[in-house]
Amino acid sequence: MSFPWAAQYTPKNSFMKWMDERLPLPRLVYNSVGAGYPVPRNLNYFWNFGVLAGVALVIQIVTGIVLAMHFSADTGVAFASVEHIMRDVNSGWLMRYLHANGASFFFIVVYIHIFRGLYYGSYKPPREMVWLLGLVIFLLMMATAFMGYVLPWGQMSFWAAQVITGLFEAIPLIGNPLKQWLLGGFAPDNATLTRFYSLHYLLPFVIAGVVILHIWSLHLPGSSNPTGIDVKGPQDTIPFHPYYTAKDGWTVGVFLIALSILVFFAPNFLGHPDNYIEANPLSTPAHIVPEWYFWPFYAVLRAFTVDFILPAKLWGVIAMFGSIIILL
Amino acid sequence: MATVQDTQTPAGDTPSEDGVRRRDFLNIAAVSVAGVGAGVTLLPLLNQMNPSADVLALSSIEVDLSAIEPGQAIKTIWRKQPLFVRNLTPAEIQQANAVPLGDLRDPQTLAERTVEGHENWLITLAVCTHLGCVPLGAAQGENRGEFGGYFCPCHGSHYDTAARIRKGPAPTNLEVPEYEFTSDTTVTIG
Ligand code: HEM
Ligand code: FES
Repeated sequence: MSFPWAAQYTPKNSFMKWMDERLPLPRLVYNSVGAGYPVPRNLNYFWNFGVLAGVALVIQIVTGIVLAMHFSADTGVAFASVEHIMRDVNSGWLMRYLHANGASFFFIVVYIHIFRGLYYGSYKPPREMVWLLGLVIFLLMMATAFMGYVLPWGQMSFWAAQVITGLFEAIPLIGNPLKQWLLGGFAPDNATLTRFYSLHYLLPFVIAGVVILHIWSLHLPGSSNPTGIDVKGPQDTIPFHPYYTAKDGWTVGVFLIALSILVFFAPNFLGHPDNYIEANPLSTPAHIVPEWYFWPFYAVLRAFTVDFILPAKLWGVIAMFGSIIILL
Repeated sequence: MATVQDTQTPAGDTPSEDGVRRRDFLNIAAVSVAGVGAGVTLLPLLNQMNPSADVLALSSIEVDLSAIEPGQAIKTIWRKQPLFVRNLTPAEIQQANAVPLGDLRDPQTLAERTVEGHENWLITLAVCTHLGCVPLGAAQGENRGEFGGYFCPCHGSHYDTAARIRKGPAPTNLEVPEYEFTSDTTVTIG
């Protein structure tokens, strides 16, 4: 697709030729992750994290669909249905721990991926659209992770829903109606749980769609490389397959081993024990913190303690959203 | 295998005398490990759809027979499926035993479908072996079909007094679950 010297797809037999004329899917694969996609030969391991993010997304979707078969989105039974997954469902514990720890790994991988973009200037022309679509993915990921965390309807779930929707209350004039609109009530309740469940199921597929656009727009100019100088000719590139399929396959293996170590030996390491207590609207847990991947934003939020022209609460919220917007 | 239509040939790609490249071995080894891994991962992904522990825990029930008079039947629920428990009259038992096995689609005697010493207790699933409807005939006044047992209204299967298929599309007799008499009037099913 991207470079004039890219290898051309030629159907190997009459069936593939027939296919190519009707549904050129093999051609698409060849031109995007096959020998027909030239990639700079000097990429370092930072360039492996895009594929890892894709693998993490697939893991989330597969385990999520399994969990959805056993979960009930009703405040009366949601917590119990999660315990049912942990104790009764065959391999249910494995699916849930993979989904919960998979979310953390997804954020680790995407944070490194974003860091790569910032450090090596991947966001610069001609890849601005790749970067913008990446930010859209990042925002969708945060929304998805937050809403997923509410589903088990434990103490941390409930108070996360309360606190995060409380952020929107800081917006002048429309804040309070907006919060009530988001929650479907005055406080998190059944209406909140069911809408979060619906959206938590939907958004990953939206993410998958944006990822396709993200990669499409990347494949026009092709990948950048650590030197920051664009490739000039065939001597600077190698075909994606077999070189980068092999290199990516190796890091996928490392990624899966790391995820397995956490899932099998310390599945609750990143979680919070209070979420094994059912939601109680009358008592906030003493140590309320978000999941680690939201800590930077949480810190920004807490940093504003004095009213200065605007209320401190609003400053915190502005600064927090600003920290994301600045990446634009 | 890694066919590079490209210009360069990296070191590992140089064939030795017998034409096997070091890279071929690495390729086969890596792809095999990944393949086995993917296969093993598939097991829990499929197994999660099997009945869960709480479902299996409910899979046996006790039924009290003391209130069921000869000629009466009750419907109860076992493993989320309807179950017939019938107290056969001597006439019904005789009728069932009079049928030559050769006339049956699914040949079985009444004795094979009941337990010794309790031949009057006919316990079967109330699930038509055709496509799963609940046959009529347990409650008073319901159509019991041409053979005086059960009649399935969905596609017209007739079962006799031993709940054996006699006429209609069902392939086999109504299924007899595993059960055991724990006393003269109680039976544990499943
Ligand atoms: C679901 C999450 C994501 C997936 C699956 C994904 C996937 C990918 C893949 C497969 C690549 C090509 C391989 C690579 O260069 O690493 C890529 C490139 C890129 N991604 Fe992402 N990405 C995700 C999120 C993001 C986010 C959140 C950002 C930034 C805010 C971002 C920014 C970029 C940029 C700038 C490139 C081009 C890199 C270059 O050629 O130098 N991506 N992405
Ligand atoms: S289901 Fe009973 S006859 Fe078809």
